[in-house]
Amino acid sequence: MKVSLKEVNKSFQKGKGETLEVLDDIDFNISEGEFVSLIGPSGCGKSTILKLVAGLDAPTSGEVLMNGRTVTGPGTDRVVVFQEGGLFPWMTVIENVTYGLLRKKMSKEEAHEKAMEGLRMVHLANFTGSYPHELSGGMKQRVAIARALVMDPDVLLMDEPFAALDEQTRLVLHKELQRIWQDTGKTILFITHNIREALTLSDRVLLMSTRPGAVKREFTVQAARPRDPADSNVVDLERRVMEELEEEMEKVLKEEFGDDYHLEKSRVRDSDHSDMGSHI
Amino acid sequence: MFVIVIIAIWEVISKAGIFPTFMFPPLIIPSVPGGVTVLKTLVGGVMSGQILAATGVTLSRLLIGFLIAVVLGLTFGFLIARFKWVDDTLGYFVTALQSIPSIVWFPLAIVWFGLGNTAILFIVAIGATWTMTVNSSAGFKNVPSIYINAARTLGSSGSHLLRTVILPASVPHIISGLRVAWAFAWRAIMAGELLGAAGGLGYLLDLGRSTQAMDLVLSIMIVIGLIGTIIDNQVFLRMERSVARKWGLRT
Repeated sequence: MKVSLKEVNKSFQKGKGETLEVLDDIDFNISEGEFVSLIGPSGCGKSTILKLVAGLDAPTSGEVLMNGRTVTGPGTDRVVVFQEGGLFPWMTVIENVTYGLLRKKMSKEEAHEKAMEGLRMVHLANFTGSYPHELSGGMKQRVAIARALVMDPDVLLMDEPFAALDEQTRLVLHKELQRIWQDTGKTILFITHNIREALTLSDRVLLMSTRPGAVKREFTVQAARPRDPADSNVVDLERRVMEELEEEMEKVLKEEFGDDYHLEKSRVRDSDHSDMGSHI
Repeated sequence: MFVIVIIAIWEVISKAGIFPTFMFPPLIIPSVPGGVTVLKTLVGGVMSGQILAATGVTLSRLLIGFLIAVVLGLTFGFLIARFKWVDDTLGYFVTALQSIPSIVWFPLAIVWFGLGNTAILFIVAIGATWTMTVNSSAGFKNVPSIYINAARTLGSSGSHLLRTVILPASVPHIISGLRVAWAFAWRAIMAGELLGAAGGLGYLLDLGRSTQAMDLVLSIMIVIGLIGTIIDNQVFLRMERSVARKWGLRT
């Protein structure tokens, strides 16, 4: 097993004596070269799981294992691609990508060469001297992916990397990420709240329930790669995941709006006041 | 254009004879042939080296005091941002200290260091340190955690993290801190030199007062204003603009 989480619990102190339980008995494995997605409504603790694996946070109980050894802190064998905004704005693209390499005491020439290789992989070799703010959202995320890949990590951790992108850009990046994954054979843990994204990319999708976060169900995606979103397996899975997710959504909304709230009766998209995108 | 109007109004008032010439000297055109004007005193003072020497003395004191303040401010700011207990103690105290005008420290400085350079440096440094501390601690505290997390997963930690991420990420706050600290330092040094210590522009101002030479006083005010504007425009505004351009904060 590449990554194992064993009975991991995580809670935060919330004021006097109160504790907020975020993760409840999380237990799963990721094998070498596997692409696993975690999906769930916001606040289900999926990003917390990623932080625990990255070593940026420690579990309250249980343990996270990486190649059989307990994770005690961040390490370059597990590099994270964050949401938009993870690049250092005061550094150029090439400086961002060589940052980790130079820290590894690699020579400047070697680091530059490796960085160029990484940037070519994401088709950004012509933008080495640009600052992040000069790039589009999709380009920034490509740089972030290159920055992580050049470190040659055992596991690539991706924390909703495409959440802030428009649909077209996201589709392009899905294709590229699949290609990169197939070329490099990296193990990937991918966090998202987008069902289709998870199904398009992953071998396995873990659906999380919320408050406290727990793995509710596991789906294995058996469809040919590169994935076609219209593949009957994918479409069927999407419907099943959606059903499960709606149950969770209702739980969250009930907590937020009161017990008399029903998702079925007041579907968001039927209301004029909170039209969430039918005109897009 | 605005400056020309001001000069014109000044000239009219000074020639109207409402005030004696020594109190309200003309700027450019002498009231009586060969009489005093601020321009003549200014040019004369610069040529004779009197004003230039005084400016040099003041600027070197200012620079040293300012540098001390910047180093102290960055250090305190970092400690406040890094350690909760320092924030609760020193951080709280700094807010109180910041509200004390630096010249209030002067009697204490004279008793501690005697009337001289050290006392002046002391009040300049103390005048700028607290605002620098407040700004830099805000800068360090507001470094987005995503940068720190990204750097840590890329293998950075400790002083490398401080040098390569925390410090550069706080640069916008630090620059605005420098700018305000510089203005505080200017006020402190003028007040200090005016009250004591030989040499320097403040001393010349006091000399102008005691010899009732308002032309000298006005010339020095012009010099102070010019230096302030030049430094603000050429140094701090440039720094701010280059950071803004690099970061894409403004165009």
